[in-house]
Amino acid sequence: MNEQQQTLWQFMSGQSDKLLSQTLQHVGLTFISLILAIAIGLPLGILIARKRKLSGTVLGIAGVLQTIPSIALLGFMIPVLGIGAKPAIVALLIYALLPIIRNTYTGIIGIDQHVKEAARAMGMNKGQILLKVELPLAMPVILAGIRTATVINVGVATLASFIAAGGLGEFIFGGISLNNTNMILAGAIPAALLAILLDTLLSLVQKMDVKKLRKALYIFPVVILVLGGFYALPSAYGSTLTAGFTPEFMGRQDGDLGLKSTYGLKIHTIVISDAVMYKAAYAKELDVISGYSTDGRLKAFDLKILKDDKNIFPPYYAAPIVRDEALKQFPELEKTLNLLSGKITDSIMTDLNYRTDYLHQQPERVAKDFLISTGLYKAAKNGQKGTVRIGSKIFGEQYILAEIYSMLIKGNTDYAVATKTGLGGTKICFDALMNDQIDFYPEYTGTGLLVLLQPNPTIAKEMAHDKEKTYDYVSAEFQRKFKIKWLKPIGFNNSYALMMRQKQSKELNVNSITDLKKYLDKN
Amino acid sequence: MIELKEISKKFGDTQAVKQVSFRVAREETLVLLGTSGCGKTTTLKMINRLIEPDAGQIFINDKNITDEDPNVLRKGIGYVMQNIGLFPHYTIAENIALVPKLLKWDKAKIINRTHELIEKLHLTENTLSMYPHELSGGQQQRVGLARALITDPSVLLMDEPFGALDNVTRTSIQKEFKALEELKRKTIVMVTHDVLEAFELADRICLMDKGEVVQIGTPKELLYQPINDFARNFLAGQRLALEFKVINIQDIWSYLPEEIVHHGESETAELNIWEAMELLRNKDRFELFISGANKTIKSINFEQLTKGFNQYQNAQMHE
Repeated sequence: MNEQQQTLWQFMSGQSDKLLSQTLQHVGLTFISLILAIAIGLPLGILIARKRKLSGTVLGIAGVLQTIPSIALLGFMIPVLGIGAKPAIVALLIYALLPIIRNTYTGIIGIDQHVKEAARAMGMNKGQILLKVELPLAMPVILAGIRTATVINVGVATLASFIAAGGLGEFIFGGISLNNTNMILAGAIPAALLAILLDTLLSLVQKMDVKKLRKALYIFPVVILVLGGFYALPSAYGSTLTAGFTPEFMGRQDGDLGLKSTYGLKIHTIVISDAVMYKAAYAKELDVISGYSTDGRLKAFDLKILKDDKNIFPPYYAAPIVRDEALKQFPELEKTLNLLSGKITDSIMTDLNYRTDYLHQQPERVAKDFLISTGLYKAAKNGQKGTVRIGSKIFGEQYILAEIYSMLIKGNTDYAVATKTGLGGTKICFDALMNDQIDFYPEYTGTGLLVLLQPNPTIAKEMAHDKEKTYDYVSAEFQRKFKIKWLKPIGFNNSYALMMRQKQSKELNVNSITDLKKYLDKN
Repeated sequence: MIELKEISKKFGDTQAVKQVSFRVAREETLVLLGTSGCGKTTTLKMINRLIEPDAGQIFINDKNITDEDPNVLRKGIGYVMQNIGLFPHYTIAENIALVPKLLKWDKAKIINRTHELIEKLHLTENTLSMYPHELSGGQQQRVGLARALITDPSVLLMDEPFGALDNVTRTSIQKEFKALEELKRKTIVMVTHDVLEAFELADRICLMDKGEVVQIGTPKELLYQPINDFARNFLAGQRLALEFKVINIQDIWSYLPEEIVHHGESETAELNIWEAMELLRNKDRFELFISGANKTIKSINFEQLTKGFNQYQNAQMHE
């Protein structure tokens, strides 16, 4: 219970060096992309103010780019630019473009025609008119655009942590995965303050009168450059191999913390989202990643699991967890869900995952094929006796399990089914269950123990490596604390695992985590 | 000297200017007069190439203006416009110094010339550090004129320079303009729709309608020898006031009382009827002493002035 009693302030001061470097990275990302957006947006805005016919097209394209969801945009960037700062900066730049282009355009075409005519009549050439008349007069409007872009960027930059570009998103998304409110706030509060601070500063610049504004305009680019430079500051300690860990893995005792304390592993680590991690390892952007042992991409990208020879990764046996009330409301539910118990082994799960992740088959089809092959499939009965709500987390395996359960319920009972898939991380899924938004979802014993219950370290350690003990403990505790029942385990153990490319593992002769540590110490 | 030869300009399907030709002599003021949309402003803007004509040629001091770089040409021509077009982000001093800075004059020369001009134009020293929005309309127009005059160009183009001012300010600034020595040395083309203003300031008037020149002549010629009904009707509304402006004491000299002997101050016979009346009214003077040709002096009061004017009018009509 120690961790929960820790105050936000204690967390922040404990993690102050991380907090500082993340904040600097965040500011850096925001401003590097802002510089580039200005470098591209300003000339484009000027161009379309000159050639108005182009304005519809250019503003239209920038508008469409703006509407692409940020995570999707980051996803599109990876095949082209890989992971890390580059794609993050490009994505941020794209979001910053529209307000800058549009405001430059509006600012310039909004200038009093007579002033422009006077400038021409005095014999100023086009360049002089632009620099001495149009830009200075449009500047308040252009600055408003830059201000909007800055605030957008501070917000979107939190997502940069998905593709290993750092920033305050590391805390925010790590905290969501780990059910650690202090961690979420340690990222969210500085990000919000940063947005407010920058917005206020820019509003001051914007409100300056003409004279001060002229001076400020000389200082402005310097400030942006300096702030952009922050990104280069927090230099990670170097090692010959690079690891990519998910935000969740970074903060867990059975994750990065355990690797450090139990193995003494020192490796250059970047934080990256689960969605792109495997691909990045395959593309040799990363050497070591924190994957899941049943992940289909393990097979797809030819990765090898390093043996956990000191047993820091506890077992993660999957089982549906159901609210007691739902069990009362749907008497046939428990029996139906238990039909799957013991049916899916590690290798079956890896194969099912491989089909969705790599062969891109629909989870629905994969689920149906599996049920038919095991003889569990029954045609749907058009349920009339109420609707069971199934939840799932946001990765492939959970989608498949949700589909399988959905078909089992429809085929064996008279209940209808509603699936609420893709519920972020553990915290979001569990909160949905506690708040009666869903009736059950598949959870893992290790997650239940370490993330949701968070017992004191001695109990955790005692429990951690024994499958039966863990299951019994979480079952009892969940019943007592949350009135939630763990049904029978499905069979497979989807634990954390460190992985490398097969080829590299052979070349370096690294087969276990201890081998990895020895290799890193030598090089 | 400015010369336009058969200048034409079309905007889309509208013939804005059609075969306009005229000459403006050195140091002459030609006023382009007409209703809005008659093509007078378009004609003016073609002289400094803000608008390029479709056909015809324009010469300034016998040089075809198309042979010159438009920006160089414009720096050599003063331009005053109705909306003044001062740069709102420049101080008054910077606005006035705009063209000299483009021409890379040295600082001392710019400062000297600026001070010379603000004195002539009755602007105060402290306005120099102000921004345009802090000035009244009349002051802004003076600044606009200073900006146009600072390089002492021989040609000045004015597009409704007093159009944005209220009546009282307009009248007083017109008078100042008329009295300004700098302007007397310039070849000026000015656009206005205000007949009284045209008569006040013009050496010759070019009356335009539907893009064409209707009549070019002195104010007097326009008033007494209108070429057609349009020209006649255009002036009809303000005829009496115009007559007061174009006829001077010398014209009606023979209809005034006998000459007298007088050794005090006297007014010139170049005074027009309007001005003579104003003197008699405003200064509460009972009589004016006017020195005519041959240094003869006549004394007139208001009744004698109107009587003389009426007799002159009758004589003109019977000619």
